[in-house]
Amino acid sequence: MVDVPFDTVAGVPPAEVGEVELYHPRSWWTKYVFSQDAKVIAVQYSITAMSIGMVALVLSWLMRLQLGFPGTFSFIDANQYLQFITMHGMIMVIYLLTALFLGGFGNYLIPLMVGARDMVFPYVNMLSYWVYLLAVVVLAATFFVPGGPTGAGWTLYPPQAILSGTPGQDWGIIFMLASLILFIIGFTMGGLNYVVTVLQARTRGMTLMRLPLTVWGIFTATVMALLAFPALFVASVMLLLDRLLGTSFFMPTLVEMGTLTKYGGGSPILFQHLFWFFGHPEVYIVALPAFGIISDLISVHARKNIFGYRMMVWAIVAIGALSFVVWAHHMYVSGMHPYFGFFFATTTLIIAIPTAIKVYNWVLTLWRGDIHLTIPMLFALAFIITFVNGGLTGLFLGNVVVDVPLSDTMFVVAHFHMVMGIAPIMAVFGGIYHWYPKVTGRMLNEALGRFHFWVSFLGAYAVFFPMHYLGLLGMPRRYHDIGETSFIPASAHDLNAFMSVAALIVGFAQLVFLFNLIWSLFKGKEAGGNPWGAASLEWQTPETPPGHGNWGKELPIVYRWAYDYSVPGAIRDFVPQNEPPAGLSAQGSHP
Amino acid sequence: MAVAIILLLVAVASVLFHIFSPWWWTPLASNWGYIDDTITLTFWITGAVFSAVVVFMAYCVFRFRHTEGRRAAYNPENKKLEWWLSIGTAIGVAAMLAPGLVVWHQFVTVPADATEVEVMGQQWMWSYRLPGKDGRLGTSDARNVSSDNPMGLNPDDPAGKDDVVIQNDDLHLPVGKPVKVLLRSIDVLHDFYVPEFRAKMDMIPGSVTYYWLTPTRTGTFDVLCAELCGAAHAQMRSKVVVEEEKEYHAWLEKQHTFAELSGQRDVAKAAYKTGSE
Ligand code: HEM
Ligand SMILES: [Cu+2]
Ligand SMILES: [Cu+2]
Repeated sequence: MVDVPFDTVAGVPPAEVGEVELYHPRSWWTKYVFSQDAKVIAVQYSITAMSIGMVALVLSWLMRLQLGFPGTFSFIDANQYLQFITMHGMIMVIYLLTALFLGGFGNYLIPLMVGARDMVFPYVNMLSYWVYLLAVVVLAATFFVPGGPTGAGWTLYPPQAILSGTPGQDWGIIFMLASLILFIIGFTMGGLNYVVTVLQARTRGMTLMRLPLTVWGIFTATVMALLAFPALFVASVMLLLDRLLGTSFFMPTLVEMGTLTKYGGGSPILFQHLFWFFGHPEVYIVALPAFGIISDLISVHARKNIFGYRMMVWAIVAIGALSFVVWAHHMYVSGMHPYFGFFFATTTLIIAIPTAIKVYNWVLTLWRGDIHLTIPMLFALAFIITFVNGGLTGLFLGNVVVDVPLSDTMFVVAHFHMVMGIAPIMAVFGGIYHWYPKVTGRMLNEALGRFHFWVSFLGAYAVFFPMHYLGLLGMPRRYHDIGETSFIPASAHDLNAFMSVAALIVGFAQLVFLFNLIWSLFKGKEAGGNPWGAASLEWQTPETPPGHGNWGKELPIVYRWAYDYSVPGAIRDFVPQNEPPAGLSAQGSHP
Repeated sequence: MAVAIILLLVAVASVLFHIFSPWWWTPLASNWGYIDDTITLTFWITGAVFSAVVVFMAYCVFRFRHTEGRRAAYNPENKKLEWWLSIGTAIGVAAMLAPGLVVWHQFVTVPADATEVEVMGQQWMWSYRLPGKDGRLGTSDARNVSSDNPMGLNPDDPAGKDDVVIQNDDLHLPVGKPVKVLLRSIDVLHDFYVPEFRAKMDMIPGSVTYYWLTPTRTGTFDVLCAELCGAAHAQMRSKVVVEEEKEYHAWLEKQHTFAELSGQRDVAKAAYKTGSE
């Protein structure tokens, strides 16, 4: 007999809070533009994030062209290269991934997965999107201001971020900081919504330990973001003051292009602590939603419950908590007190344990499953490979003394692209192929999807796996041109050219994906309400796409966890969360 | 089937690439072979884990892929297995962390007999300073920087007078002698990076950072900047020459002290004023 610890029959508690009247849009404008419906806001967030993400993608082509064929493109010089990496990095991490996972997936999935009609503060939720859009506009504007965008690197380290010598120091940096400040304001409004909705608006029977892991991932990531972004907020405000009013929060006595400045008494290292107090949790802010999404994709498409659900939840929470005490592993060679290294190396390597548990449980979910190699499943497999690869190289960089030769080389660039670039993007794609039918009512085209998958996965792997070895060679990052050195063989340039060609092909595949998104909207196969045979609540809505208020007249009642797949004795290979156990007629409608 | 094979190939190709790729670290020229050893150890452990996970996945995809009538097993958890896996992981992590921390302890413990060398970064060049006969470096401050005194040395500090100042030229170091490299910047962050030495550390305006090493082989090595410092970051180059004691001293003899340099300038200035040049 299998051990089934998840009680499926425990009674359903009566509703504690009665239904609240929803806000109903009265015009086209309030329905589709200034909408307060989380589903519309989710789509707005996603489209905006992907649009600005395209800019980051194009920048990556330009950078790869320069690295692969230095000197060939006269329109890319050292200054522009720095501006490109800065904008590319910042957009990818914050304006694309953070916004897409939390604002996009979070808004769409949280209310549907917990059985709510909408977010608890719909008006604030709407404001959140508009402030985010403003942040994106301000960011995009830096391409057009005099001097162009800042080239300080996405880490924006002072003093150089605000001194001459660095491109974009007059306008670019000011716009960048202003945009970040706006982003954080917008995010906070959305983030409070996600947290309160998960805690307060779950439907009857939806206990915390019955939530799908996607919700756990997004919820924990949001809590972390609410705690981490304030550090970036103050750092940005202080840097802005240093730049505009001549304060010296981060500026010691120093010389700018040969002349003494008026700055004095500040600490550049302080900025780095604030930045990474945000920056490291940020890595997990994009990783945890991906973890959750991948767990659900694997479970649904392998027709098997997620293995070790409780361990998975605790691992998410443990990772979230631990990631606040590891930030200085980004600063091993920053010149901070060397003894910090002992502490931060230890905490950093400890995080590997809950993270490894997650990986084991994903692959153990595949074990004795009924694996359907659908596109979401393929992306989930690719996620595991790239995440494991990037996670393991994290053990190099986290182990303080190993970081010394590798820090600030292409090894680091390869590492973080694998773990927080490619892996989360795989989760994003997997999630889009999986939920697109719910959002639009149509399936994405299968053939285009498979093409997109194989080119993106194998191509990105071909770009970033060999890159580690350039780092081992000693090739520093943020170099537009390595130039003459005695230690880098000519063959390394061929490798660089190869990686650039691969990157361009990967980029092309993304255009195919965009085409698929639009084409399938009109021509895709009709999906029906639950094309994958999934058990979680969002697939049990009375209409697809879900209507305003999500659930028609009655909120669903939840009787079980989200992972009842291939339950022995059940007729179908899944049991929806809201299906009453045999012998118990549905409550609510028939009391 | 095809998917399982491709997954397997990804693992195999990664391992083969690792073994056969011609791109590997440059031969070591310092005592930090321990760092290379720790990296090698980490490669072994992580490589094994990576291969195991991917091969296991490929096997699952091959063995449990959907076929007509197949039904998945139902097993929500297995406490024992989960604990064993966690413990195994903890042991693997400890096996990398422990040697790492031991080597870090060496890295941050400067031997008492190390001689000091100062490296100063500025946009976008390197300058060096060696202690003179008194064996001590004089104090410095960004406020003293001028065209006559580009390193910002304190003109009133007697300890600084005999310091050897090297600008726009290579740094020489004697082979086999431990050196404590003091790192300083007068404008933005830089990072004194010699790939063959393995060690590196940022330089921060307003403070002095350091690391130590013992050069173990003679030769000329590239110096690069490893911390973004603005437009010409990639061109901020110099060289370190490691040589035998005798040649090192011959080179040192030819260098100028701070006093000589400022003296020369004063003489030059005076000469210019009187118009006798
Ligand atoms: C095929 C896709 C991508 C390509 C070809 C690519 C390429 C690059 C290149 C060439 C650099 C500059 C490396 C250097 O010289 O230091 C870079 C930097 C960076 N990328 Fe990507 N990238 C891609 C996707 C992503 C994604 C999805 C993320 C999301 C996390 C990301 C985040 C970053 C960050 C944070 C930096 C560092 C910027 C800095 O040094 O300030 N990239 N990328
Ligand atoms: Cu980190
Ligand atoms: Cu530099």
